[in-house]
Formats: sequence, C-alpha cells, structure tokens
Amino acid sequence: MSSMTKPIATTRSATGIPTGKLAVWWVVGSEIVIFGGLLASYVMHRLGHPEWAEYASHTNTWFGGANTFVLLTSSLFAVLAHHAAEHGDGKKAAKWLLGTCAGGFIFLCIKAVEWTIEIQHGYTITANGFWSFYYTAAGIHALHVIAGCIIMLIIARQAWKGKELQRVELIGIYWHFVDIVWIFLFPLLYIAK
Amino acid sequence: MAEHQEHADEHGQAYYVKIWAVLLVLLIVSILGPILAPHLEVGFLKAWMITLMTAFGIAVVKAYLVAANFMHLKIEKRYISYLLATMLMLMLLFFAGVAPDVMKHEGQNWQNVAAQTEVERALEAEGAAAAHGEHAGEQPGGEH
Repeated sequence: MSSMTKPIATTRSATGIPTGKLAVWWVVGSEIVIFGGLLASYVMHRLGHPEWAEYASHTNTWFGGANTFVLLTSSLFAVLAHHAAEHGDGKKAAKWLLGTCAGGFIFLCIKAVEWTIEIQHGYTITANGFWSFYYTAAGIHALHVIAGCIIMLIIARQAWKGKELQRVELIGIYWHFVDIVWIFLFPLLYIAK
Repeated sequence: MAEHQEHADEHGQAYYVKIWAVLLVLLIVSILGPILAPHLEVGFLKAWMITLMTAFGIAVVKAYLVAANFMHLKIEKRYISYLLATMLMLMLLFFAGVAPDVMKHEGQNWQNVAAQTEVERALEAEGAAAAHGEHAGEQPGGEH
C-alpha cells in the first residue's frame, strides 16, 4: 500500500496544519519577498524617474484587464475544485482543475499576443528601465503560471483516480497567490499612467 | 444548528461565485477609474488621487477578498496570517532602506550624476518628440 510507504511528514501535523499545507504557506511567504522586492524596486524607480510616465503610457489596459478577468475566473475554478475535493468528489475536482489550467493557458496566449505587438513596436526588454521591469515582472509571473499549470495537471490526474485529494487545496493556495501577484501587477503596469 | 447552516453557506459554491462577482465589479471600477477620474474632481480631491484609489485601493481590497475567502485565510490558523504579514513587513523594510537612494538623485554630500543625466536626456527627448508630434524615447516606429 502506498499509504504505508509515505513519509511521516506527509501525514502528521505537529503544528495544527497538515505539513504539506504548511509547506505551501512557506512557499507563499518566500514568494511574497521575491515578488515584493521586485515590485518595491519598480515603485521606487517609477517615483524617482519622471520620464517613466511617458514609457508606461504605452501599455495596453485592455490586454491587462482581460488577463485579470481570466485569472480571477481561474481562481474561482480552483476554489470550486477544492470544494469538490472536500466533498470527496475527485472527478469533479479534476474537471475544475482542468478549467483552472485552461485559464492559465488563455492567460499565456493573451500575454503572447500582447508581447508580440509590443516588441514589434520597438518596446523590447532593453528599450529602457520601464520596459526592463515590465518584462521581468510579468515574465517571472508568467513562469509561475506555467509551473502552476504543470503541477495542476499532475494533481488533476491523481484527483481523477480519487488519490491525494488534499493536494487540490494545496495547488489552489499557490494559484490564488499567483492571482494576487497579478492583482498588484495590473494597476502598477497598466493603470497608473 | 443555525451555526452549522451558516458554516455551510459560507463555503458553498454560491458563496464563491458571489466573491468572484464582487471581484469582477472591482476590476471594472479599477479600469474605469482613470477614464472617469477627470470628471469626478471635487475641491481638494484631484483626478490623480481618484486614480490612485481606484487602482491601488481596489487592488488591496481584491487581494484581501482572494486571500480571505479563496485561500481560506479567514478560517486558517492565525499564525499563518502573522507569517505572511511578517513577509510584507520585510518588503516594506526593504523599500524604506533602499528607496531614498533610488528616488532621490542628490543629497547634502552626494549626487547621482548618472540618474540626473538620464532623467534630463529622456525628458528632453520626450519634449523634442512631442514637438514633432511623435512619441519619445523609443526606437523608430515606436508609435502605438
């Protein structure tokens, strides 16, 4: 039986929180300082360089807004997957996770179109400080979306078989965090012009 | 019994959909903010203040709604919130320590010549481009 070969840390909860979940919270905590450091650096440069206002005016609010809508909706799917898993319905949880994954995929497609247009207009990562931050911040965020999608597909496969249903909540917590990062990237890069 | 019912409502599917709907309304407000702000100026309330509020005030509310309801921080052990708040504090500490060097380009005994030169060069380029009816500081073909 696989449950007998599981490491002790997977099943115990010495802190009152299942260890796996606690680990995800630690990941989220570390990510706060990773993204936080990046965004704080962006804010101080933006405030210290009046000329960035003009650079920032070329981002497209509609692309950013559409992507915010997509991520918020995918977050809803993730929490509905968690809801289904809590009720022991692995198949339903897997379906919602696939929906979440589709949201991530649409997000990346919109981003690809957006970046292609911008690069064709000459707004490349080396154009100036603003565009360097723009591609770095949104790029690292997009990598998190890709990683989340891959993990989600693995967990959806397990959930479909009714295995490891607690993991549905764990990937959900991570996904909501990625959503929250975008919630701040959106006004920073698209709205405050 | 009543308490049990309340618990079920709070974590039912309809509840999550409701939170999502609120998030979408907030998103729409944050997009409309900069468009409507110039028309909403009253007294000391300037357009840029309204935009700041609709952009970042709403971002904070949205982040709270997602964290509290979708990540279930509301019903999670309290120390997780403290853990995350500590990380946010570290971020602010970083900002406070570094921002003066980045945001100011001169002090009593120092001067950031590179930054000053770049600001001057870029603003001049923008001004010159504006005079020609084009956008500034970009490569050729940088119109949007």
